[in-house]
Amino acid sequence: MSADDRVAQSGRRDFLTWGAWGAFCAALAAALVGVFRLPKPSVLPEPSLKGKVGLPGSIPEGEYRKVPGRNIFVSRGEQGVFAISAVCTHLGCIVAPSPTGFDCPCHGSRFDAMGRVVGGPAPRALDWLKVAKAPDGQLLVDEGETVPPGTCWKA
Amino acid sequence: MEAWKEYVAGVKAVPRSVWDSLVRHGAPVTDRSRMEAVFQNLFLHIHPTRVHRWSLRWSSTLGLGLICAASFVLLVATGVLLMFYYKPSTLLAYQSIQDIHFVVPSGRFIRNIHRWGAHLMVIAVIFHMARVFYTSSYKTPREMNWVFGLVLLVLTLGLSFSGYLLPWDQLAYWATTIGANIAQSPKELTDAAGVTRYFDPGGVQKTLLLGSRSVGEEALIRFYVLHVMVLPLLMLLFLGLHFWRIRKDGGLSRPEDADERLGPAGEEVLPVFTQAPKKSYGLMAVVRGTSPSVGRGPENTVPAWPHLMTAEAAVFMLTLSVTVALSWFFDAPLKEMANPLIPENPAKAPWYFLGLQEIVSFSAFAGGVLLPMITLLGLGLIPYLDREPGGVGHWLGKGERPKRVFLESAAFGLGAVIGIEAFAVRVGWLRNWVPEIPQIVITFLNPGTLLTFLYVAFSVHIIRRENSTRMGGIAIFTCFLAGFLVLTLIGTYFRGPNWGFYWSPSDWPVH
Repeated sequence: MSADDRVAQSGRRDFLTWGAWGAFCAALAAALVGVFRLPKPSVLPEPSLKGKVGLPGSIPEGEYRKVPGRNIFVSRGEQGVFAISAVCTHLGCIVAPSPTGFDCPCHGSRFDAMGRVVGGPAPRALDWLKVAKAPDGQLLVDEGETVPPGTCWKA
Repeated sequence: MEAWKEYVAGVKAVPRSVWDSLVRHGAPVTDRSRMEAVFQNLFLHIHPTRVHRWSLRWSSTLGLGLICAASFVLLVATGVLLMFYYKPSTLLAYQSIQDIHFVVPSGRFIRNIHRWGAHLMVIAVIFHMARVFYTSSYKTPREMNWVFGLVLLVLTLGLSFSGYLLPWDQLAYWATTIGANIAQSPKELTDAAGVTRYFDPGGVQKTLLLGSRSVGEEALIRFYVLHVMVLPLLMLLFLGLHFWRIRKDGGLSRPEDADERLGPAGEEVLPVFTQAPKKSYGLMAVVRGTSPSVGRGPENTVPAWPHLMTAEAAVFMLTLSVTVALSWFFDAPLKEMANPLIPENPAKAPWYFLGLQEIVSFSAFAGGVLLPMITLLGLGLIPYLDREPGGVGHWLGKGERPKRVFLESAAFGLGAVIGIEAFAVRVGWLRNWVPEIPQIVITFLNPGTLLTFLYVAFSVHIIRRENSTRMGGIAIFTCFLAGFLVLTLIGTYFRGPNWGFYWSPSDWPVH
């Protein structure tokens, strides 16, 4: 066997070695992708985020009402009815109404009456939620759909 | 008839033969046979056959590593017992804990042991790390075992945190909500960059942890699986590695001059070799060092059985009696059942996370992700950045200098953390002066990051002034320990409703 043949042969061997390693890694990666896809649910197992909050006339003007069983505040201003999420944007605790707006019990974030951050660690304002009218005339708030602050539902 | 006699003799000898096939070494009546037993037996061979007298001094280790291991054993035993009654479902979990507490025979006692054992383990792990650090025991060749130790620290905290949710009471629910949202906090960065819609690692982490948008059934079963299966198995794996490396790295660290400082060996130290051996024995090519060494017999070692084993048994009994005593007098807490509509006020994590919660109350990402990551990375790099030899096995090393640096660092560490906290509590922080300030500024400029910066700057100063990386290591480690201590104390005792600062719970507003 000439030197050239040996070089050619080792080139082929290297190629096969790398090919085998490549196949092994690809198979492993594919298996791992399959394994790690599993824990990330494609459907989030939770009750519907939409809920009725009462007839438009029942929403108090100029003050907040906590919707029973939901983490939502509803109120009516000059622009119409609006809903603000009670979930603190810092670490997910439930804010409570205060004379000036909302206070969070967990780490002391403070929000004004429009949900804007005025103190504490919260990174952004409280979420405003979409308000719509259901066929039966009641208002429907969707906790899964945020709207720009200031968006109101007008009859 | 020959065969019959043989058969009868065989029947008579069955107990003996079974025993001999089970225990293949002789009766442990001499040092030699006991060492053989240690060497041959799967469960005993975690020990060396002989152990240096230095390792057996109380002041060498204070038994802290053993306390960690002992509490882990206790936790596994009591945890398995609790699993007989615990039901990981949001509807039943709280009731099953109530059952364990009030109905199950000795259930309350077992649960208390599980609770106090877990607290004890966290304390012991932290102290063990401090012991290893201050005796320079992370130095070559023990760098990787220090890193394994850090993995064990993370696993210990992970086990504690995952166990915290299982009772499904108010404390559990809100601590876990906070924890899951900390996992989501990289959102602070992606929000600032405006890319959260396309790239949301925080959201993915939260979904993976909870299996849902909020803490519920999915989260409970996930935490349960982590707590009773995944994390304990990982813990066993890394404990095995940790112990294995102690042996392979030449036993517990000890000073170079251990033999001189110990003085002449006592009666119990039997010379195995009457003369210093002329050549090294055994697997010199594969075992670290030349053991037994040329020119030096193992004269300052004593057989592990009984000397090391009695010490271990003593530490185990101490751990057991402390947990049992605590469990007898103090019940593990159980608040009202979880209510996703009303958070606890204040909602506090377990004490070892309250230091974190204190800095999380400035910025979720900085306090919950960035600074813990920096701390862990810094701890992991200590043995690779401080390569100075010497000082191994001495508390704080030789001479006055390390002690001076230690006191200086403790003073600086305490002063800085108390000063910054006092400032933040009394005066406030950026948002109080500039309400419109973007979050990203606060994420990187808050009391937590400032404190970390001061600590790092101080240790760099010490490295340059003392011209020693070890002194810099002592400075940063001591500062972080002081910071952890003070932040934990503040979070535990001085934070009340709405995370306000109160000197005593009696000052809390009534609501």
